[in-house]
Amino acid sequence: MKELVQEVSAQAEQGIATNTLKSTNEQALAAARAARYQVGASNNFGRYLWPSCALILLLAVNLILDASFFTIAYQDGRFYGSLIDILNRCAPVALLAIGMSLVIATGGIDLSVGAVMAIAGAVCANLLLVPEISIFTVIMAGIAVGILAGVINGSLVSYLGIQPIVATLLLMVAGRGVAQLINQGQIVTFQNDAFAFIGVGNWLGLPMPVWLVIGMLLLCQLVLRRTALGLFIEAVGCNASASRYLGINDNGIKLFAYAIAGLCAGLAGMISAADIQGSDANNAGLWLELDAILAVVIGGAALTGGRFSLLLSVVGALIIQTLATTIIVSGLPAKYNLLIKALVILAVLLLQSEKFRNQCKGLFTFNSKGAV
Amino acid sequence: MSLILALKNISKSYPGVKALENVDLQLFSGEVHALLGENGAGKSTLVKVMTGAETKNAGEIIFQNKSHDFASPIAAQQVGISTVYQEVNLLPNLSVAQNLFLGHEPKRFGLIDYRAMVKQAEQLLTRFKLDIDVTADLAKYSVAVQQLIAIARGVAMSAQVLVLDEPTASLDADEVQILFDVMNQLKSEGVAIVFITHFLDQVYQISDRITVLRNGKQVGEYLTAELPRAKLVETMLGKELEHLAGYQEANQTSASAATPETLLAFENVSAKGSIEQFDLEVPKGQAVGLAGLLGSGRTEVCKALFGVDTLSEGSITLAGKKLRLSQPSDAINAGIALCPEDRKTDGIIGPLSIRENIALALQARLGWWRYLSKSKQQALADLYIDKLQIATPDADKPIGQLSGGNQQKVILARWLAIEPTLLVLDEPTRGIDIGAHAEILALIKALCEEGMSLLVTSSELEELVAFANKVVVLRDRKKVTELSGHELTSQHVMQAIAEG
Amino acid sequence: MFAQRYLPLWITASLLVLLFMVGAFQFNNFGSLRVVVNLFSDNAFLMITAIGMTLVILSGGIDLSVGSVIALSGVAASVLISQYQWHPLAAFAVILPLGTLFGAAMGAIIYNYRLQPFIVTLAGMFLARGLATTISEQSLEIDHPFYDVVSDFGFELSGGAWLDASTMVLALILFIAILLMHYSRFGSNIYAVGGSEQSAQLMGVPVKRTTITIYAVSSFLASLAGIIFTFYTFSGYALAAVGVELDAIAAVVIGGTLLTGGRGFVAGTILGVLLMGVIQTYITFDGTLSSWWTKIVIGLLLFFFIVLQKVLNVKDASHA
Repeated sequence: MKELVQEVSAQAEQGIATNTLKSTNEQALAAARAARYQVGASNNFGRYLWPSCALILLLAVNLILDASFFTIAYQDGRFYGSLIDILNRCAPVALLAIGMSLVIATGGIDLSVGAVMAIAGAVCANLLLVPEISIFTVIMAGIAVGILAGVINGSLVSYLGIQPIVATLLLMVAGRGVAQLINQGQIVTFQNDAFAFIGVGNWLGLPMPVWLVIGMLLLCQLVLRRTALGLFIEAVGCNASASRYLGINDNGIKLFAYAIAGLCAGLAGMISAADIQGSDANNAGLWLELDAILAVVIGGAALTGGRFSLLLSVVGALIIQTLATTIIVSGLPAKYNLLIKALVILAVLLLQSEKFRNQCKGLFTFNSKGAV
Repeated sequence: MSLILALKNISKSYPGVKALENVDLQLFSGEVHALLGENGAGKSTLVKVMTGAETKNAGEIIFQNKSHDFASPIAAQQVGISTVYQEVNLLPNLSVAQNLFLGHEPKRFGLIDYRAMVKQAEQLLTRFKLDIDVTADLAKYSVAVQQLIAIARGVAMSAQVLVLDEPTASLDADEVQILFDVMNQLKSEGVAIVFITHFLDQVYQISDRITVLRNGKQVGEYLTAELPRAKLVETMLGKELEHLAGYQEANQTSASAATPETLLAFENVSAKGSIEQFDLEVPKGQAVGLAGLLGSGRTEVCKALFGVDTLSEGSITLAGKKLRLSQPSDAINAGIALCPEDRKTDGIIGPLSIRENIALALQARLGWWRYLSKSKQQALADLYIDKLQIATPDADKPIGQLSGGNQQKVILARWLAIEPTLLVLDEPTRGIDIGAHAEILALIKALCEEGMSLLVTSSELEELVAFANKVVVLRDRKKVTELSGHELTSQHVMQAIAEG
Repeated sequence: MFAQRYLPLWITASLLVLLFMVGAFQFNNFGSLRVVVNLFSDNAFLMITAIGMTLVILSGGIDLSVGSVIALSGVAASVLISQYQWHPLAAFAVILPLGTLFGAAMGAIIYNYRLQPFIVTLAGMFLARGLATTISEQSLEIDHPFYDVVSDFGFELSGGAWLDASTMVLALILFIAILLMHYSRFGSNIYAVGGSEQSAQLMGVPVKRTTITIYAVSSFLASLAGIIFTFYTFSGYALAAVGVELDAIAAVVIGGTLLTGGRGFVAGTILGVLLMGVIQTYITFDGTLSSWWTKIVIGLLLFFFIVLQKVLNVKDASHA
């Protein structure tokens, strides 16, 4: 098999040339081979279209309402502006959405990420009160807590065969209690500039949370697309039975997805703790899991599993945050926020339903033909 | 006996496939009418049209001298056509009595009268010689009992036509007898029964008349008593004995070579609910065919080999080493590749592209860290698209959009990519149009000539005989006989299937 | 009564009695009629909501919008009564049908467009909460003689126990629910759809009508619960009842209903709410335990019951 892979690599490196055919056929074959991958590329472009348009549209609306919307000021080594605010505020949800994309891609869901944020924040805050513990250990602990939660969820789903909604509901309910327990019911505060840097610091002008999102996005893309993990996750989500027949360890893949979701939740929890230099077990990450799920759905992923795109999920998170900002900028009272969000979600859901799209098409053809 | 249901010129097409073409069926009250045909023959489509689960494109359904066009299964049920599906399709979480009377429960003062329901349920079931606790959940009872309950439900709703879809597939001999007693009783009460099965013994035991479908057409309607087995099998598999002569000679040359070492051996293999005491030897570099009707155990052999079913007895050895097979990856690591029978649920990963589908088996074998980059995947896909002549101008489109034949080629490609020691093909030409049949057959023959070891199940006997060195015949989950050399002709295989 | 299908019910009931006895043994006044009746009157609105949730979950779905509908009906009631001077009964006569329509709309979208209940009711949750905040962000007080009359209404029982109006409404709803679920075709249809939508369809169950009605009933009960909630607080607040849907779901699971649908009892859900209430009461009586222990204990209970369901159902499958 090694030989085959080497043969295939060699062919790839030579480009489209092949040495098994007569030269008269070569050109035709090369042309056919090249054409084979062009059509697909244009199809792929389509799924990026809608979310990007939505985001651009929202940004445009903002610009119309507030001419200074796109202005970015540079002061004391840091950028300021509405755009920066949006990026900064949506960072926790964007992180959660990255992890959630993987879980949803395997056909599952993770309701516990908000609670895991609270637990991770609580653990870190309490560890920071002990001066002997290095900040490196604290950060590792936060990450470990996240991964542990993910592994628990993944094990319940994969090895105990419990439905994902049910399995992650457990941690969602119990998790905040655990966080409160760690905090002994208080809002724990700490004074640690190094840790706080995660939430409020900035590097090269951009806030740290934004860098964390970018970093996690790049890291995950690397791991998922430079290894076969991304492909396996999509395969398991599309058809778990066929994946097993292929020899793919679908239980292991699902466990991995939940672990990453936990990891992202741990990171998001640390950002939110760093932000307020404290841990509020009741409010940290409250309802953010729902925003994360929405971000993934707005990004075009199907809740039943299959293809996913981390970038689109982050765009989904940006859309949610930009929507909230647009409402504020437009002068509409903040109380309309939820209502508008609900209508947007409904619209996205309906558009994703094939039946609805067919009905809309039917409506247009009726109009154009003028008769049934 | 009066004609109760007549299907005339029924045609039904799905996009790209003509499922039924001008099919006729006549059903008389008080008879058991067997409906036979291999997979893809159109049996299930005909049943769906008959019972309102699908709408026909053309033709007439005449029930009790009135023309009908059923919009839904409920419509058919209401006029008196009841169906018992292979998966029973009752509600396991409700009690037996509730299942029997769902939708027409006896009521008192507007509320469901449980006592009356239980009593009526017990009365109903005594007609079927069932003395069970009707208040217990349906899930507590075996499939055999559940089937009888499903039949009882149909009878309770005054069914005059009862359609039984593969009712004996999961029953043991005793349970089959009970079912037959019930069927005979219903017969005497004037109920017409359509009996779909692939067990020929049972057809001869219980049915009065037989209708055979093949490739969407009705190819014969017979009185059971006047139809010899061999003729039945021939009608089902569509071979006229004269045609087959030509293929026999082609195979004789390869049979004369010296006996090679055994690559794969099944020794006394049994699996629960599957094959029994099965022996098989696949010599290296040869192709062995598995023949038998649907349900004879061919797919079960493949599943046992691939680690999908666990063995209760016996052992499987590959190149002398005993295999421990608990999951497909064990088999794959040992060098065995399987193209499963049901492409759609176990083979293709629909939304993923052709390129990815081709590369997946190799990728899974390499492990998640040794990633085949996109260009390597493309090169691999190109290699096999050209080699197997997969007709697709777009290799990045979802495989679900390809025709059956091309999908099968992609699956073949994916397994060839791992250079397996043994290639197992379960019904490789099923659900594929005739043109693609020939292409796949040519590919298989080419693989044989290149020295690949193959185990192929198929109901296309002439195809099997054309490339196989030896054909093993199965019936009712047991090996019946082995044919090779001069004995290996389609006639002999067919006779073996029919009579054993 | 002793059939295997009632086993989860017996387990929940036993746990409830056990916990209650532990509390009664440990604390004075715990084992009193007053505490028991308070369990009902304090949790009446949750019980009513959970009854609706039971129906939805039994059919194989889920309704995340109930907490928000409670808040919405509370806010609507307070606005109509306090700002527009409507008589409460007139306000209720408008709110309840509208709440029902809300649920019916969600049910229709779920069925017609084949969308997952989770995400549609999630959108419903945001919509209802959004409508509530749009109507009034602040808490609005309700001051009406009708409210005074109703909250004074009740019966004194022995030992200082007080049977109030909300408990009586709960008893009526519970009675109707049990009648509906076990003695009407509608109830059988719900269990059927939860068992297998495909089989139910083939057996002639009107799946579309059943689905839409179930979500309509759930929202109706949530609206009713919202109205009852206003009698506790004498106000309507858009941010009320946050997280109540989770409490309802937890009660349903602890009460023995399968989250996949098809198995469970309304009575079990009531036991579930009582169990959660007893835990809360125990913690209150104790005084030293912190309230977050409730969440952890409920989480553990959920885990216990989910694993129990798995075990009991594996046994079932091996029989079939």
